[in-house]
Amino acid sequence: MTPPQRERRAHQPGEEQDPGRLYVITGGTDGSQRAPLDLVALIVARSEPPPTAPPEQTALLRLCRTPLSVAEISAYLGLPFSVVTVLLTELLAADLVESRAPVVRSELPERSLLEAVMHGLQKL
Amino acid sequence: MDFKNSDTIAGPRAEDHLPDTATTAVKVVIVGGFGVGKTTMVGSVSEIRPLTTEETMTQAGIGVDDNYGSETKTATTVAMDFGRISLTDELVLYLFGTPGQERFWFLWNGLFEGALGAVVLVDTRRLEVSFDVMGRLEERGVPFVVAINDFPDAPSYPTADLRTALDLPPEVPMVRCDARRRASSRDVLMTLMRYLHSLTMSRA
Repeated sequence: MTPPQRERRAHQPGEEQDPGRLYVITGGTDGSQRAPLDLVALIVARSEPPPTAPPEQTALLRLCRTPLSVAEISAYLGLPFSVVTVLLTELLAADLVESRAPVVRSELPERSLLEAVMHGLQKL
Repeated sequence: MDFKNSDTIAGPRAEDHLPDTATTAVKVVIVGGFGVGKTTMVGSVSEIRPLTTEETMTQAGIGVDDNYGSETKTATTVAMDFGRISLTDELVLYLFGTPGQERFWFLWNGLFEGALGAVVLVDTRRLEVSFDVMGRLEERGVPFVVAINDFPDAPSYPTADLRTALDLPPEVPMVRCDARRRASSRDVLMTLMRYLHSLTMSRA
């Protein structure tokens, strides 16, 4: 018995199946105003929620008393990723949270980083 | 906007808090067809109960638009299950599984960007569901390894036949695993890291 054979995708103009245009819903805020936050950027609150903070901000600041990724914030608040980045953009501008930028892959990750990951996995 | 009252939001359990020393997070994406065990793999190695994040996108109507000037748009929600492994006090690894809606994964800006690499999880009963995603990873230059999730009733093809069927270049690792087992899933991640490491050596 032989398994089915994969055919390499051929590039043919006009054949692309991706939807044409996609827009991220941001509750009215223009996308360009959002901070470039990765799903795994770690967010930490810098202070307790101010009494005047709207409920979403208050909830987010309470969640981030210890570091939490944007993805986790999205999961716990039950809000889409892009909506969380809008909230975080406001909080970053107000200096109420700090963002610990993730290591992003440019071409290839740093060798020392990979070694640290391997070392950590070995201990699991 | 529908928003939960902040008093009722269940945050992380006490044992799920990251230490304040956590400064660096990296991510790996686990891809594959429906039902191949992506969420199982995330759950088996994650230190937290897997969580779900989502992104909502609207899609402009495709094809002939009779009502010119009024575009039809459909909202699409793309959900991601993810888990977490604290590797050291400073370094955290996030694993994202990608249920369904394959063509939308790559439109989620920032999901694959910045990922260290990907694991393509394969079920030999339905090998062909992995073909499309492998092509998309290659087009975007995301390095990946292939993990064959060994289901008991799955056909057991020789490794060489599978490599040929998947048109895998010789340097791309292919391993067998049991996604339900923590050690096995951990080994898949190790294979990916070793592969990435070898890429940095060969391009140095």
